[in-house]
Amino acid sequence: MSEAIKVPTAAEYIAQDKVPEVLFWVGCSGSFDDRSKKITKAFVKLLHKAGVDYAVLGAEESCTGDPAKRAGNEFLFQMQAMMNIEVLNGYGIKRIVTTCPHCFNTLKNEYPELGGNYEVVHHTSFLKDLIASGKLTIEGGKFKGKRITYHDPCYLGRANDIYEAPRELIEKLDAALLEMKRNKRNGLCCGAGGAQMFKEPEPGNKDINIERTDEALETQPDIIAAACPFCNTMMSDGIKAAEKEGTVEVLDIAELIASAQDL
Amino acid sequence: MEYIPQIIFAILLIAGIGYFTSNIRKMIRNIKLGRDVDRSDNKKERFAQMARIALGQSKMVRRPIAGILHIVVYVGFVIINIEVLEIIIDGLLGTHRIFGPHLGGVYDFLIGTFEILALLVLITVVVFWIRRNVMNIKRFVMGELKGWPKNDANYILYFEVVLMCLFLTMNATDFILQTRGVEGYAHAGEIFGSFPVSQFLVPLFDGMADGSLVIVERAAWWLHIVGILIFLNYLYWSKHLHILLAFPNVYFAKLTPNGQFTNMEAVMAEVKLMMDPDADPFATPDPSMANEEPATLGAKDIFDLNKVQLLNAYTCTECGRCTSECPANITGKKLSPRKIMMDTRDRLEDVGKVINKEGEWKDDGKSLLNDYITTEELWACTSCNACVEACPIGIDPLSIIMEMRRYLVLENSAAPTDLNNALTNIENNGAPWPYNQQDRLNWANEL
Repeated sequence: MSEAIKVPTAAEYIAQDKVPEVLFWVGCSGSFDDRSKKITKAFVKLLHKAGVDYAVLGAEESCTGDPAKRAGNEFLFQMQAMMNIEVLNGYGIKRIVTTCPHCFNTLKNEYPELGGNYEVVHHTSFLKDLIASGKLTIEGGKFKGKRITYHDPCYLGRANDIYEAPRELIEKLDAALLEMKRNKRNGLCCGAGGAQMFKEPEPGNKDINIERTDEALETQPDIIAAACPFCNTMMSDGIKAAEKEGTVEVLDIAELIASAQDL
Repeated sequence: MEYIPQIIFAILLIAGIGYFTSNIRKMIRNIKLGRDVDRSDNKKERFAQMARIALGQSKMVRRPIAGILHIVVYVGFVIINIEVLEIIIDGLLGTHRIFGPHLGGVYDFLIGTFEILALLVLITVVVFWIRRNVMNIKRFVMGELKGWPKNDANYILYFEVVLMCLFLTMNATDFILQTRGVEGYAHAGEIFGSFPVSQFLVPLFDGMADGSLVIVERAAWWLHIVGILIFLNYLYWSKHLHILLAFPNVYFAKLTPNGQFTNMEAVMAEVKLMMDPDADPFATPDPSMANEEPATLGAKDIFDLNKVQLLNAYTCTECGRCTSECPANITGKKLSPRKIMMDTRDRLEDVGKVINKEGEWKDDGKSLLNDYITTEELWACTSCNACVEACPIGIDPLSIIMEMRRYLVLENSAAPTDLNNALTNIENNGAPWPYNQQDRLNWANEL
């Protein structure tokens, strides 16, 4: 990179009496998890490249409350939600983009009833629009002919009916998009949702992420594409368990596109 | 004396429909034990959804083999029932094929269609039986189907076979009697109906004398209509209630995105109070609310579920598509969304039996949670919505799982320990892991 990227915060915007066109909601995983931070950074590089007028909340961001709600703790969920809504409304935020389907679902579907009304976009749809409007261009060279299979995150796919945007982006990379047996609305969960990420699984005969990774490996991919930091973690663990670390990579769609641009 | 068959018929008809109605009333009473839920919105969209999914079977055919076979039985069932209308009128008036003279060629076409459908239904039912009993398809041999649910499914198939055979026997003998011009069957040389299937049964009965033939024809006719009345009354005790309930169930199904879970109003009031700096925590409560018992948060028993969830339970056909798509179940966990629905219905029925006996609900010391559904099942769910997507008739097992988790956490503080740690972290530092909220933007320094 030629120059260091400065990530603007909503607080800096309001100090200049401005409102960012879109707020990038980073999410807990994207903020703290070492693997997920790479997704965050890749996405931010794309935002800069496309000249998007954006900001983040930084230290004022807090968990959306998704794991609390799925765990049954509505109290904690609503506390989190109302605090976040106060912050977001305070900055006059109208539009939010996020790299996490769980944050996406919660912000989009569960905040309105608590007073938080925003246009919420997942980063795959956002990137698709940037490309459609010519603000971002994709050069497929790097991934030409690569075998890429896409894992549908439950909270993007079944929960919100977004199946095509991530696939269109992969196809723009000139890669061979491979479908797993269970895909789109029949896609199998990675095992992280519903707050499972934060607890041991119940007794069974297999871990869900192993089941899903095995299915992904059946397509003999070079890359497993994900669009959710938690799916990414689960599939990466699955790849480790299958001892395929050297041959198969798990990458977020944002990473694929940033990498195609040598960002 | 000549009216006796008609009187007997009328009595059977009234008794059959009457008993069915009284059971359906009990079912509605049981459903009303649930909490209110407002699904009176978007009537147009709801009707469209019902037309597409219930009437049009659009989700059934996502599994083409089972779906197309099911459509054969479904279409057969609906269309052959037009014939039942004629049978009922004939039975009440003592007439013979009363629609015959009025419909002309259309009548022949209809009867012919019924016969072909009856044959198709027969073949399909045999295939269904083989799928259930010979082919070892996982969703049909799982634990929760042992005993009554398996028998129930088979009884229905046997019932269909018997009804279709009676229908065809009735037509075959009737055809011979019409051809012979026997009294009561003769229509001035005209033959009412066409018999593309039952004509092949004619050789079986052709050697019989008129008297014996009339007995066979009457026996088949009576057994067929009595069989239908028994079938009608069997529905209430069976998973086959879906043939009626699928329609309202799809109509009332959730229209919001699958990922949107319900907002708990009761919690909202308290959270708002907590977050309001001007609120007085020691203020006298609103006197109009004083007599109201605070409702349970989440669901411990069927009384805490809403009416649509209870309707879901009665509607479930136990097909197991939900369970076969459930990631927890696929990987050997105890959770089976189908069992969640079956347990909810069984509990609801058990509560109903107490009310039937005592005249009102008396605590039987049991509850849906623990006595029917265990916490191990509830905590295995990833909330991935695969079960909801898989259900061909709009059942939402996930919403029941979530309500029960809410009860566990909000009323019993009974979440698994590691999950509790994550929730405590969210409470303390705004993330499920113990990182400092001030460090959220550290990644920006690594660009």
